[in-house]
Amino acid sequence: MGGGEKAIEKQMAMGKMTARDRINALLDSSSFQEYDMFVQHEARDFDMAKKVLHGDGVVVGTGTISGQPVCIFAQDFTVAGGSLGLMHSRKIVKIMDHALKMKVPLIGINDSGGARIQEGVNSLAGYGEIFFRNTISSGVIPQISVILGPCAGGAVYSPALTDFVFVVDNISKMFITGPEVIKTVLGEEISMEDLGGAKVHSEITGNAHFYAKTESECFEQIKKLLSLIPANNNHKACKTSTKPPKQEFPLNDIVPDDPALPYDVRDVVRALVDNSDFFEIQENFAANMVIGFGKMNGETCGFVCNQPMVLAGVLDVDSSDKAARFIRYCDAFNIPIITLVDLPGYLPGIDQEHAGVIRHGAKILYAYSEATVPKITVILRKAYGGGYIAMGSRHLRADFVFAWPNAEIAVMGPEGAANIIFRKEITEAENPEEMRKLKVEEYKEKFANPYVAASRGYIDSVIIPEETRDILLHALEVSCGKEMNLPRKKHGVPPF
Amino acid sequence: MVCLHFNKMFMEKNKNTILTHADARMKEITVMGVTYLTTFTKKYLNRKKWEKPDFKKVISFIPGTIREIYVKPGDQVLMNDKLVIMEAMKMLNTIIAPITGKIKSVAVNTGDKLPKGALIVEFE
Repeated sequence: MGGGEKAIEKQMAMGKMTARDRINALLDSSSFQEYDMFVQHEARDFDMAKKVLHGDGVVVGTGTISGQPVCIFAQDFTVAGGSLGLMHSRKIVKIMDHALKMKVPLIGINDSGGARIQEGVNSLAGYGEIFFRNTISSGVIPQISVILGPCAGGAVYSPALTDFVFVVDNISKMFITGPEVIKTVLGEEISMEDLGGAKVHSEITGNAHFYAKTESECFEQIKKLLSLIPANNNHKACKTSTKPPKQEFPLNDIVPDDPALPYDVRDVVRALVDNSDFFEIQENFAANMVIGFGKMNGETCGFVCNQPMVLAGVLDVDSSDKAARFIRYCDAFNIPIITLVDLPGYLPGIDQEHAGVIRHGAKILYAYSEATVPKITVILRKAYGGGYIAMGSRHLRADFVFAWPNAEIAVMGPEGAANIIFRKEITEAENPEEMRKLKVEEYKEKFANPYVAASRGYIDSVIIPEETRDILLHALEVSCGKEMNLPRKKHGVPPF
Repeated sequence: MVCLHFNKMFMEKNKNTILTHADARMKEITVMGVTYLTTFTKKYLNRKKWEKPDFKKVISFIPGTIREIYVKPGDQVLMNDKLVIMEAMKMLNTIIAPITGKIKSVAVNTGDKLPKGALIVEFE
């Protein structure tokens, strides 16, 4: 099977499993049913007619994961380097069509040297057909890409169009142009790992959503993810039995009073979700925004949270991008969104402005406004300026907005605001520094609290931290029948 | 006010501060007049410093190879005059003068491979 003993040995030596082993490791035991095993390529140029490529370098089929049906394909690097020819692509396309028709998740394991050059434009056509199906299936069935080998050139666009990309240290390599081309054109030397390895894509580019040390750890992550999301956009995620959050996360003690002091917002999430089990997505990319799934009384919720511990939890290009896409994912798959707010605003900087923080930041507004799933927001501490509006505010149609008693909702922090509002008093005072302090205190007293916003009805209720989980559970319960209709249109034009 | 009393009750209960200035990882960032204690990401630390563009320097906008040079130091050129031909991405790109002026120096020779952002010609 596969590309013969030698090729399989080579694959093992690289620390990689074979395509079939990978499928068997991921699916429930003996649940895999393979199709198109006898498919052969029809290439005749460059002596290809003499070459037999088993299964044309890809294994496709159906099976179950924790009893739930999935469609799966795995490129077989031991056969012609997993190169994509016409029949190889047709096998993938067939299983993709099945997945869309049967409305089950699609898992693609990528391990391929790229286009099969001998097949010319036919192999490009193959990629195009795959990209098209990735796009039309988006938002209908979950699509998962697992990068377990090279994935270079045009091939990278299939994973990029899917919902979740999994990478493994030292094994995954993704790039448009490889180190060799870069060396010839730029004269710059870089290793594959430094250019497009697992770490790069999970920390810098944001192309990957889950990072694992080994293939088996990666498969466990996939199983966990599938247990949290629904099979398609007509379903809800499976309900599970519930356990309360663990005692070690006491909500009252996590968030410091001083808005300038950091804490780990993930501890707040853990204090809210069932069994304190929070499944974080893109943990190491744009860590100033935390996204992920957690169960609330057995029902999957998407969490979007500012992370004061990293870059003070500011919004910037990457964090906006990260949150916006996640919000759209949750909305497409009927997953309620819980937003935890504690942010000083947008990250100041020339690099941010020039990188287009305006249009990237706008994505978050767009995603929240457009989402019709239940949206519940809790302002933990501060919500200043544009950041307040962006983070699931009432004005973008959050269904419920709560604030903790220490919350400060204002156009900016007290220091900045007092400097502007009382500029004259401060400059004309005998002791400006003394006066400034006085005015900052005055501003804090009057505005740095949640009651101004609550008096306008922008916040529904000021709640004490300990009650947050119960209040969220109630809010989710009463929103389960939510229906919200947007004006009829073909589709909007989001700022992406 | 009742609500402010409610606030004070809550604040007295909360005594926890986990991360302080004593922690070596902690840095400061100022956003809209307030300074926050936080950590930085690698990407933030490695961000490129902005430089004011200098129109007297003609810089390669793409990596490539110099194929022809039309000017030498001391030449008076008009805006849009040809300076060099640079081959990049299988295309012969004509690099033109961004301003009218006198050439101070030509930093390249025919056949030179340039990275992006390399100096080609400088004006006086």
